[in-house]
Amino acid sequence: MSKQEVKLCLLGDSGVGKSSIVQRFVNNTFNPLAESTIGASFMTKNFHEDSHTYKFNIWDTAGQERYRALAPMYYRGAGAAIIVYDVTSAQSFESLKGWVRELQHHGPPGIVLAIAGNKCDLEDYREVSYQTAKNYADEIGALFVETSALTAVNVNEIFQEISKKIPKETVPHLVEHSLQLHPGQKKKKCC
Amino acid sequence: MATASCKSLEDSETARESEEETEIPKDFEPGASSESILISIDLYEEVENSPGSVYEDVSYRRRKSTICELERSAGKRVLAEEQVETSKSFDDKSQDGQLKAEIGHDESIRIKNSPNVEPIRIEMESIQMSSDEEKHEIIETAEDIHNPEWKQHSKHIFILSEAGKPIYSRFGSEDKLVTLMGVMQALVSIVQDNGDVIRSIHAGDHKFVFLVRLPLILVAVANTNASAPQLVVQLNCVYNLILSVLTSTQLCSIFEQRRNYDLRRLLGGAEKFLDNLVDTMDSDPSFLLVAVRCLPLTSAIRDTISQSIVQYCSKVKNVVFAILVAKNQLVTIVRMKKYSLHPSDLHLVMNLVNSSDSFKAAESWTPICLPKFDSSGFLHAHVSYLDDNCPACLLLLTVDKNLFFTLQECRRKIVERLHRYNCLEAINASLESEGYSVSEVGLPDLRHFIYKSKSAAQFTEPRLEAPYVSNEDQSNLFGLYQYLHHRMYNSARPLKILFYVGQKEIMLSWHMAGFELYAAFEPMVTKFTAVNTMNKLVRWIKKEEDRLFIMNAPTI
Repeated sequence: MSKQEVKLCLLGDSGVGKSSIVQRFVNNTFNPLAESTIGASFMTKNFHEDSHTYKFNIWDTAGQERYRALAPMYYRGAGAAIIVYDVTSAQSFESLKGWVRELQHHGPPGIVLAIAGNKCDLEDYREVSYQTAKNYADEIGALFVETSALTAVNVNEIFQEISKKIPKETVPHLVEHSLQLHPGQKKKKCC
Repeated sequence: MATASCKSLEDSETARESEEETEIPKDFEPGASSESILISIDLYEEVENSPGSVYEDVSYRRRKSTICELERSAGKRVLAEEQVETSKSFDDKSQDGQLKAEIGHDESIRIKNSPNVEPIRIEMESIQMSSDEEKHEIIETAEDIHNPEWKQHSKHIFILSEAGKPIYSRFGSEDKLVTLMGVMQALVSIVQDNGDVIRSIHAGDHKFVFLVRLPLILVAVANTNASAPQLVVQLNCVYNLILSVLTSTQLCSIFEQRRNYDLRRLLGGAEKFLDNLVDTMDSDPSFLLVAVRCLPLTSAIRDTISQSIVQYCSKVKNVVFAILVAKNQLVTIVRMKKYSLHPSDLHLVMNLVNSSDSFKAAESWTPICLPKFDSSGFLHAHVSYLDDNCPACLLLLTVDKNLFFTLQECRRKIVERLHRYNCLEAINASLESEGYSVSEVGLPDLRHFIYKSKSAAQFTEPRLEAPYVSNEDQSNLFGLYQYLHHRMYNSARPLKILFYVGQKEIMLSWHMAGFELYAAFEPMVTKFTAVNTMNKLVRWIKKEEDRLFIMNAPTI
């Protein structure tokens, strides 16, 4: 059984629930009083799909505007990106489009894009309809699900869908334990 | 190098009261070591004696950037790349901020053009006038300056842009304080028109203290015991916090591009840092003394911790500082040779850790600017708690933004070694005991004290015990310390010893070349006993210095 490392980053407006999705996925917990992320936080999780094991290296970025300039650091070399919006905030869906454009222009080629409409448990406050988001996702060829970190709806599923779409590595990786953030850059050495 | 701080005292002519202390050598300084981990600078002297420093020359800072120097020595140019990235992102800032700004701007211009160019007394009246005007406009909205609760707060902090645009208010919402901020901007610019700089307005118990650090204006309004210079130092801290989030380079370039930019957009999420800092300053002597509180630990444990950090960090290039803090107390600092940390920068680091629980969730990688170290660029910090059961937080600061995984590995080894030598247990034990009791000193009349070693920029105090149990009593005591501190540093008449009879206690403060000591005594103590006790206290601190202070300055 092979194990494949996937760098994955979460992008999106502040307060849409990026960290909560990661918390739910990695620890299966939910903190209603979660505070906003500072900079970016890093977590890993092994995920089994068929006979394949993926090790997700997850970069959970802060949504605030001032960190925006740092985003390239996190999506550079990433195999997948989850862009999160809040179904109760039309504004956050608009920002999502900005993120998609940025990734299309500057992101690594072949990056798997996934869109997560979070807080879908708050049906009464919905501002973005399922169909609107679904149409947009189809248009850009991205995966799309509505999630709820609170009720755990679709959180594992989105990672599952992503792992299905990630190109399988057939040759075992020789430098699997490599610590490089950017495999493309040669001059950085670790340890 | 570290002893340049006590000039004002030596210059003063108030040596007359100093006979009592003859038995203590002139340069006696418990807690001092040959090489200090922190830079010691007398901020109060800076504030008092150099009004010119109100306008910080940022371009000068930019030219001699420490970070650039470090990167050059490592043969890299990470920063340059990053600056391109950041400036790019400012271009595509949205426009809605602009509209709001113009309204605020108009307002301030109107006030600015009003005919009063008279001195401060009249400007004071203009505050009241304009608030009467406002009453008609926004009377229906709560939480503004007409809200009695809002007025009751004993200390307000405001930040506004040079154009008078609100950036931060400790209480209430900035949006509703637009007109008030306009008035503040007007006060600053009226005085500026006369080629002068407004420093403070005193009205009854209230002090209005201004700090002009263009493109920002910071204002404190307080009726506490804090003196005007102390409030300036606090405002300076707040200003440094803004820099730590944005860097001076970003801050200036934003406002160069758009004078009425709404800075709150970029500070989104940083309000909690500001709130926490401003709250902490009301009770924490660190800011008053510009010094750092250390976690009491035996020197053996502390050395083991430092050595563990040195051992692994020295293998990584470009780690500038490794800082271990626990509950607002410093455990140790390991630093790159040649570079030292300023206590104000360390306060910001501690404030960052204290303001948010989000670091507890996962290890983080965040940019932080240390303004006294280099205000022009970011360092990158790997932030992690040592263990779920240990509230000590390790920060590894580097100039290389691609070093995360290296530092992650480095941190793993450090924690492993700390576990092996039971350092976490020692840290926890010290935290649980909440420092030490004043009774350990064995001086019956002594209730509480604060001792600062000047060259080490570290201080120590016992935990607050009866009669300082309630919040009110504790803040009264802190107010007395502020008062003593102010009297000692009064530029017109600096003192060496002050014996002060308060309502509920007797206070004594004592400045020597190497230290500052402030103490609270039982109300009936005589002057002679108090001074004697102080002498004994200093000797006790000397005896305990290995535990109370960080005496080694390990480098990598």
